[in-house]
Amino acid sequence: MEHSKGAAGAVTDTYAKERVWLLMPTWLMLSILVVIPVLIMLVYSFLTKEFRGGVIWEFTFAAYDQFFFDRGLFGDEPVKIEWTYISIYWRSIWQAGLATVLSLLLGFPTAYYIATRPQNSRAVWVFLITIPYWVNLLIRTVSMKFLLRENGPLNDFLLMIEVIDEPLRLINTALAVQLGLFYSYLPFMVLPIYASIERYNFTLSEAASDLYATKFATLTRVILPSIKPGVIAGCILVFVPSLGAFLAPDLLGGAKNFMIGSLIEEQFKGSAGNWPFGAAASMILLSMVLILLMVFSRQQKKAQPQGGQ
Amino acid sequence: MRKFLKTLSAAAVLSLTAQTALAQEEVVVYHWFEYLPQSVIDKFTEETGIAVVMDTYDSNESMLANLKAGAMGTYDVAVPGDYMVEIMAGSGMVGSIAEGELANKGNIQDMWMDVPFDQGRTYSIPYQWGSTSFSVNKDVHPGNVHNTNLIFNPPASLSGKINMLDSQGEVMALAALHMDIPQCSTDRDQLKALNAMLLDAKQHWASFNSDTTKDLLVSGDAAVSMIWNGYSAKARSEGANIEYAYPDQGYLVWMDNVVLLKDAPNRANALKFMDFLLVPENIALVTNYAQYSAGVDGVTPLLDEALRTSPESNPRAGIKAEFVQVCDQATQSVYDQIWTNLRK
Repeated sequence: MEHSKGAAGAVTDTYAKERVWLLMPTWLMLSILVVIPVLIMLVYSFLTKEFRGGVIWEFTFAAYDQFFFDRGLFGDEPVKIEWTYISIYWRSIWQAGLATVLSLLLGFPTAYYIATRPQNSRAVWVFLITIPYWVNLLIRTVSMKFLLRENGPLNDFLLMIEVIDEPLRLINTALAVQLGLFYSYLPFMVLPIYASIERYNFTLSEAASDLYATKFATLTRVILPSIKPGVIAGCILVFVPSLGAFLAPDLLGGAKNFMIGSLIEEQFKGSAGNWPFGAAASMILLSMVLILLMVFSRQQKKAQPQGGQ
Repeated sequence: MRKFLKTLSAAAVLSLTAQTALAQEEVVVYHWFEYLPQSVIDKFTEETGIAVVMDTYDSNESMLANLKAGAMGTYDVAVPGDYMVEIMAGSGMVGSIAEGELANKGNIQDMWMDVPFDQGRTYSIPYQWGSTSFSVNKDVHPGNVHNTNLIFNPPASLSGKINMLDSQGEVMALAALHMDIPQCSTDRDQLKALNAMLLDAKQHWASFNSDTTKDLLVSGDAAVSMIWNGYSAKARSEGANIEYAYPDQGYLVWMDNVVLLKDAPNRANALKFMDFLLVPENIALVTNYAQYSAGVDGVTPLLDEALRTSPESNPRAGIKAEFVQVCDQATQSVYDQIWTNLRK
């Protein structure tokens, strides 16, 4: 880490004059693809909804008000806290969190196994992990639906080996959504952890055991702190897209209960939508993710002086 | 609602333009793509000597936007859906037709004369229509299917095996028929009851899906699914043992209509074209091509055998048919709230 920082410093010194121009493509891309769209979204979230889609250019807090406050079906009851959207967000966070934990539990041993294979066979393992992901996510999710359905192969198999007497109802449940999320984003957990473990110096483990550390102590006090950046990157890469996913909830969960992604999609669909509300819901999601990432990066900074030693 | 292949043949346009150059008279039609077969166009030109020039669109909204953006005065007729007729009439975009100007107006079926979007048919004529209701798997439910209780208050054998359309307008309208209340109700007790009824019905529903209703029924994943009549006929032809319901409480319909546009450059020819489409022999050609239903008397004997005898295309007699209504903004916001409550 220290070493690479030094190298980067040298580069900036050498090109001090040209630095502005060299950074231009990055700044351009960031502003066109990130800053401007987010600003548009922010502005729209404070505009007035136009009947049957679109916005009227009048400033209002109506969208945020709708998100947090409940005034009853007809809008004239005493103000209460609106739990509808909070519960939708909570459901999404819970599902995404569980998918992250499950991917970590399966992804970490997988990554460890691959990273400890001989050099020449590692590429093959990584290749095998990525093969299913060459297929479009939509197709993989639909395939999952075929596997899980009531008279699908999974139920047929379980019936055949007489584990169950009646087909399990898996499709259109929260469990199916969870399976879909976990399966969709698993490689995003495996690959960063693999990259970290591959760079890990295994003589440190040997040193630890020479100093009478148990295997468990070696794992938690030597290996894990060293590969923490990879684990955190993996968790973020699984958690964040799971949070906004709408394919799995729609196709595997039957779209019965909105998740954040489908709630936002509904606001922009056809003529029945509410653009400012969709923008506000997106801004709230964005803020949540940003806060989460800031907490993570602060923790990592704090941990660095110890981890780096 | 209708999914046609989105193709436009440049060759066809060229040949039409060439014909126009030769013919003295023309009628300029603004129409959905793949909805008017060439045989009908040829027949019209042969009978009247008037050439048909046609542009196409793929949604009511894009047609409206294009007409508003300055295409008025270019086209003689357009073919908007039911709610769009109302919107266009409200914006003063349609020209009225005096009594007696359409010789074949009497051919319009009684049930399509006093439609909510054009009472007495003063500026539009029926083109094609279809219906929205639900289909039931006869293996799972061998009994009578013609009752909305099967989706809103189902027997135990169907509970948990029901798919609803992921479309607020159609679910709400069918629920209103089920409860026998107006579609855009402002009565608080009715709205509360509607909200409660839907929340209670939801426990019996497996999913919301509009795109794969046919496959859900064919595969047996759903024992009941809300569906469009033409789509249900396709599911049946693919082997699903299903019956399309025309419920006692009523069913939903949509209809495309030919309207005379304001400032039509060839008004007289446009009227001839509309009259032509009111002749059973002519509109039957369209129906056989599009596989929906015509709104003109005397078409049935002229249809292809399969279409004529299809139970999906032949509603039970004496059953109420309603269009999905357009609510005002205040009323709509309550319905939006109910829809969100249902999906939270």
